[in-house]
Amino acid sequence: MKRESKILGLMIAVIMLSSIFGGCADQGTTTPPSTTDATSKYGGTLVFGSSGDAARLDPADVTDGESIQRMDNIHEGLVMYEEGTTSIKPALATEWTVSEDKKTITFKLRKGVKFHKNFGEMTADDVVFSFARQYDPNNWYHSKGEWAYWGYMFSDIESVEKIDDYTVAIHMSKPNSSMMTSLAMFTAAIVSEKAAKQYGDDYFKNPVGTGPFEFVEWVKDDHITLKAFPDYWGGKAYLDQLIFKVIPDPSARLMALQAGEIDGMEYPDPAQLEIIKNDPKLQLVSQAGMNIGYIALNCGEGYVDKNGNYQWDDGEEVAVPGAFEPFKDIRVRQAIAYAINKEAIVKNLYKGAASVATQGMPPGLLGYNDQLTGYPYDPEKAKQLLKDAGYEDGFKVTLWHMGSTSRPYFPEPTGIAEAIQSDLAKVGIQVELFTEDWGTYLQDAEAGKAQMIMLGWSGDNGDPDNFLNVLYSDHVCTVGSAGNYGFKKNPPLQKVLNNALLTYDQTQRDTLYRLANKMIVDEGTHVFVAHADQNLAFKSNVKGFVIHPTDRKFFYPVYKEK
Amino acid sequence: MKEYILKRLGLLVIVLIGVSIITFSLVRLAPGDPAVHLAGEHASPQVLENIREKYHLNDPIYVQYFYWLRMALQGDLGRSIESRDLVINEIMERLPMTLELTLFAIVIASIIGILAGVISAVKQYSIADYGVMIGALFGVSMPVFWLGLMLIYIFSLQLGLTPVAGRLTTGIVLERITGMYVLDSILTLNWPAFVDSLKHLILPGFALATIPMATVARMTRSSMLEVLRQDFIRTERAKGLSERSVIYKHAVKNALIPIVTVIGMELGMLMGGAVLTETIFTLPGLGKYIADAILAYDYPVVQGFTLFFATLFVVVNLITDIIYVYIDPRIKYEG
Repeated sequence: MKRESKILGLMIAVIMLSSIFGGCADQGTTTPPSTTDATSKYGGTLVFGSSGDAARLDPADVTDGESIQRMDNIHEGLVMYEEGTTSIKPALATEWTVSEDKKTITFKLRKGVKFHKNFGEMTADDVVFSFARQYDPNNWYHSKGEWAYWGYMFSDIESVEKIDDYTVAIHMSKPNSSMMTSLAMFTAAIVSEKAAKQYGDDYFKNPVGTGPFEFVEWVKDDHITLKAFPDYWGGKAYLDQLIFKVIPDPSARLMALQAGEIDGMEYPDPAQLEIIKNDPKLQLVSQAGMNIGYIALNCGEGYVDKNGNYQWDDGEEVAVPGAFEPFKDIRVRQAIAYAINKEAIVKNLYKGAASVATQGMPPGLLGYNDQLTGYPYDPEKAKQLLKDAGYEDGFKVTLWHMGSTSRPYFPEPTGIAEAIQSDLAKVGIQVELFTEDWGTYLQDAEAGKAQMIMLGWSGDNGDPDNFLNVLYSDHVCTVGSAGNYGFKKNPPLQKVLNNALLTYDQTQRDTLYRLANKMIVDEGTHVFVAHADQNLAFKSNVKGFVIHPTDRKFFYPVYKEK
Repeated sequence: MKEYILKRLGLLVIVLIGVSIITFSLVRLAPGDPAVHLAGEHASPQVLENIREKYHLNDPIYVQYFYWLRMALQGDLGRSIESRDLVINEIMERLPMTLELTLFAIVIASIIGILAGVISAVKQYSIADYGVMIGALFGVSMPVFWLGLMLIYIFSLQLGLTPVAGRLTTGIVLERITGMYVLDSILTLNWPAFVDSLKHLILPGFALATIPMATVARMTRSSMLEVLRQDFIRTERAKGLSERSVIYKHAVKNALIPIVTVIGMELGMLMGGAVLTETIFTLPGLGKYIADAILAYDYPVVQGFTLFFATLFVVVNLITDIIYVYIDPRIKYEG
């Protein structure tokens, strides 16, 4: 352990030094999306079958996927994701520089970008407004919403300052390199201040952005219609009209697709995947999703965050109600990881539409460690480990599961919990299942009441920090508002995670997160089960749709083939 | 009569107060925190606290009730926690669709149900009678989601006669006046929209009609059987009236009272209870909306909706009672 932390310290030192000498200006390049129009590509109307209606159409004021899906085609932020990945490229900002102390990022704005519906040119004022309304109590629009995401993703931003009409500076309280990825999130989209003034309380029904599609009509629970914005700075989209039609029932959604009433749909049932694959008129688009489903083992180390700064050192250690004595022994935790047959769960309960997880975050993200193999199914090894730990006769433990609340990372929570129960019974561990309604479940989880709990995470911005620091760091072992339900203090890991936020160099961050992933797997406080696939179905003539790891849906490059 | 109606409307106020108190307490006694639901899985305690503060969730229930009552008395049902829109807007946006579907279904159910019930009663113990009764048994027992999916599969996918989802085909333009598309297309003399919206209404209307249809048929049968055994029917037959006239002019009219009661009650139930039909046929109606609101702990919506519906229920019942007077002149209401 001592030797390990020495090596670790050395590594961090090397990385820190190289980041100092490595220069610190990240320059963006201007590469607007392709505007070439081949004759075989045409637009027309695309009707997309969504599983639910949007809640609101104000990008900073929503957290649900359906609202985000609509808004992502209406609005843009300073930066955007590269197609299909979570690396970023310029959008409303054409370039940016990072200050010496790494706490200020200065953006040059793209000139001549127009808002929809004749709301004029986008300038630094709109950028400042879009952020200030979320953090500044003195901003005239501040009281209009809860801004749920701000405190969670953007709390390091102290202020956003207009330098001139086309230059904006973001000042942070501390260096945070994941901020650049966060700025590609829907929450950081730029809205028109003029439009917000005009619509006031009803802005959420009248969104005005700079994106490739502009808002036309919203018939609640029925459809939302967008049309191509002719003055889009990147060139007009192929599609003339984009309609999100709400079809909540997956069977009805697929039948509507088969009947040709819609051109594409989200969230097919696992059972429907074969039907879609075998239908020549349809195509299935799949990719590993940016999520993780895990079982956390409560080791009972938690604290109360007295100063609200998520620092264990100035917090107060308290007892965790669901602390479970046997889990304090690493051998027991490893035994459980070996005893659960993840392959069988993926095959039978995810119907193959998932991949077995070897670590705490999905592939495709910076810092994913492809050398890790996790804990492959091995009940004999599990029995041996239990014996070594003095639990040859097993023990009784309660597994909290999500009941009827299905999430992408755990599509069939009850079935999966039962599979785990029977796997653990084979090595002598008696598992009792427990569930309660979703809201209470989350509250109790955060209070640390569960001994062993089934939960998961879908990434927000595609940055590794958004998995590792929110799920496994000791900062979030906060009893009452916890994110790490394994409740285990791990200062070396926390150090690596902290340092990864100090450098804006992608290679260095990659190295640090790879290391962090290994440390998390070795600690064994979480059993990583699976990353569920994202699936979409389209008519076969719909082309150009690229699944994004964050599950956000961008229709700008989509076209129909004649 | 006028006094009677006024008295009934006076009672409505008491009913509404009772209903509002019960719903108010029930939704708040249910476990779960709307703030957590609204803010997402990892919101900071500060954000949660702000939400609780904003929606008075920290106050005792009776204080919350008075906040709400004060607003409700001014005609303000508040804003939905989930959508931030006015509750009354949310209801009004979905009501026309629900009304259209329900009225359509209840008309189908009444016509077919009464007809089948009469045939069944007149030809008691015949094949037709057994047929109707078995059909009715199927009608009440068939799960509506199964029936709905089957109807879509056969009529939409295999035969291509009707659309799968929604109210109007993409591309057909219709000016919305009442929000009931069939009615709007008649008002604007829009023939393509009329045909299209009617096509969209047929399957869900039929699926929704099955249960009330069966109930109406059974009620008609038993009520008719009772009437047919009465003296005046025998007298009429003895007078030499045609069997047709005996049954359709005299017997049916006398058998109608319990049938109208059943239809009135079914109408009320259908308006709030068409969740499955709305989900399967993708109709943006009130039933599904309220079910979602309950699951999302959207208190203002649940309260506003219950109040609205209680009013509707009481009014429908009142109308049914008034209809009795026209069906049976012997019935008189004293003030």
